[in-house]
Amino acid sequence: MSTTPFEKLITRNWGKPGSHTLDGYKKNGGYKALEKALEMGPAAIIDAVKKSNLRGRGGAGFPTGMKWSFVPRDSPKPKYLAVNGDESEPGTFKDRYILENDPHMMLEGIAIASYALDVHTCYVYLRGEFKKQAEILQKALDEAYQAGIFGKKLLGRDYPLDCYVVRGAGAYICGEETALLESLEGKKGWPRLKPPFPAVVGLFGCPTVVNNVETLASVPHVIERGAEWYAKLGPERSGGTRVVCLSGSVNRPGVYEIPLHVTVRELIESPQYGQGMPPGRKVKAVIPGGSSAPVLSGDEIDVALEFEALKNVQNMAGSGGVIVMDDQTCMVRALWRVARFYAEESCGQCTPCREGTAWQTRIIRAIEEGRGQPGDVEKLLNVVQAIAPYPPIGLGNTICALGDAAALPTHSFVTKFRAEFEAHIQEKRCPFGAGHHGWGHFGSGGFA
Amino acid sequence: MANEALFTPAEQMKFDQELSEILSHYPADRKSAAMLPALRLLQSIKGWLPPEGMTLVAERLETSVARVYEVATFYVMFHTKKPGKYTIDVCTNLSCSLRGAESLLAYLEKKLGLRAGEMNEMFYLRETECLASCGTAPCLQVNEEHYENLTRESVDELLGKLT
Ligand SMILES: Cc1cc2nc3c(=O)[nH]c(=O)nc-3n(C[C@H](O)[C@H](O)[C@H](O)COP(=O)(O)O)c2cc1C
Ligand code: FES
Repeated sequence: MSTTPFEKLITRNWGKPGSHTLDGYKKNGGYKALEKALEMGPAAIIDAVKKSNLRGRGGAGFPTGMKWSFVPRDSPKPKYLAVNGDESEPGTFKDRYILENDPHMMLEGIAIASYALDVHTCYVYLRGEFKKQAEILQKALDEAYQAGIFGKKLLGRDYPLDCYVVRGAGAYICGEETALLESLEGKKGWPRLKPPFPAVVGLFGCPTVVNNVETLASVPHVIERGAEWYAKLGPERSGGTRVVCLSGSVNRPGVYEIPLHVTVRELIESPQYGQGMPPGRKVKAVIPGGSSAPVLSGDEIDVALEFEALKNVQNMAGSGGVIVMDDQTCMVRALWRVARFYAEESCGQCTPCREGTAWQTRIIRAIEEGRGQPGDVEKLLNVVQAIAPYPPIGLGNTICALGDAAALPTHSFVTKFRAEFEAHIQEKRCPFGAGHHGWGHFGSGGFA
Repeated sequence: MANEALFTPAEQMKFDQELSEILSHYPADRKSAAMLPALRLLQSIKGWLPPEGMTLVAERLETSVARVYEVATFYVMFHTKKPGKYTIDVCTNLSCSLRGAESLLAYLEKKLGLRAGEMNEMFYLRETECLASCGTAPCLQVNEEHYENLTRESVDELLGKLT
């Protein structure tokens, strides 16, 4: 662990005047890394990203440099970069703020990545609801074109680079990288069977790299400060810093850039971050990586918000969405909210996911509404084991990981808070009170 | 081909101009890739996706009408039925529910005299999924405009403007 004061990277310009404009970005040193990258050349860039231990910030934490090295350089086909700004994982709202506060940082990352990967056309796919964010990004892109950064000549080099902003239209599944590619091709978002992976057969059948917004915004820092420096910021196998999103029952929800040793508890309690729990409330449970991650009980939260640390406890760093539930939260109702989401958003392609997500939602709802039957808890566990056996994470019986994402919360809620599920069934009602129209009420905010 | 039943001349011009700009973003032999932006354009002009409009999109993108329907019905932001003037999407996912989204929805249902999923001439009230606004919960969208950190007062004020 380093003793030097923490230096923000991704969020360093937020709050400065004009941070979303080209002028503002350049004043703070922007686009210097691109210049440096063009001097380094593609092979050296990819090598630096590999050595930096930068891992994807979209959910899976895949090493970025390794992903880039899978693109066949000798392919005669055009190559594409698709930027994942779908940001629909419940509890996640960091990419939104990156786009609003500093779109040029991501654009610089896009330019560097494109140059390294021999990409001449890039699509930034934003979730459909990001209307304002798409407008801010388009303005930034227009500025970058006018300044000769994008367009016919990348920073004056003999290298054309076009970048287009595309909005989705409301479908969580389109954040899954192959569904995203289908959507970019103008289709419904049905994930593709892998392999082949997008790096080999991606958009329009051509080699394609899909990277998250934050991943690309990290790239300029790797180039500017060097791979070794970047790698040393984090523990082994995970470089840099991380932007996490804190929400739910906590005094100061928000987006925080953290060093990778910060634990879930520190994030909630630290004066720099969450500033603790609302008066009179205690932590009951925390989802550490977006709603697809297993839930942690209140006594399991001394774990760092970092890929390996969470993996070691059969959990995942995911998308950085940290959702806090207090001691007055009904875990059955909380799980019902999560389960409903996956049932709504299952694309319907694979039977275990399509049927399983609907079925588990019906059972959870029945339990919550006092209609649960003895044996329902086992039934729930059976249903989710049929979608995706756990542990470990990643054994899903489906084409994409949405099945796993739907199964993991249920498995963990039910096994860690089983007594609460059983109490609902025994008492034939929700012990927290029917209807729960009161939940979420505490002094520090929320709709009362 | 102009479609007089569908568009006024001004609408037709907007559609044609913006569609040709959109198409320039894709390889010439991949016109159908422009499906989502083309449908969004149509919906921005008509407020929904009328059948004649979807037929026109199929023609322009050189694909089948069935493909257009398949896409239009897959994504929740596309309206294949004419909605009320204002579609109100309330997030009731976990982080928002932890901050009172269920009360917010109940309040709106009462005020509008609609249950979630119902519509009238003016309003289409829906429950929606996480809108990436969990840190500023609860939140909702009205026809793609976003509102967050909602309270009774701000909801009343907002509803007052929806006339
Ligand atoms: C159901 C599902 C939804 C996903 N949603 C997103 C998303 O909204 N944003 C994102 O960046 N990645 C999302 N992912 C992960 C992507 O498939 C992919 O791993 C990621 O975009 C790769 O970028 P990275 O390596 O930079 O993280 C999702 C995955 C699944 C299975
Ligand atoms: S849960 Fe409502 S915006 Fe995320």
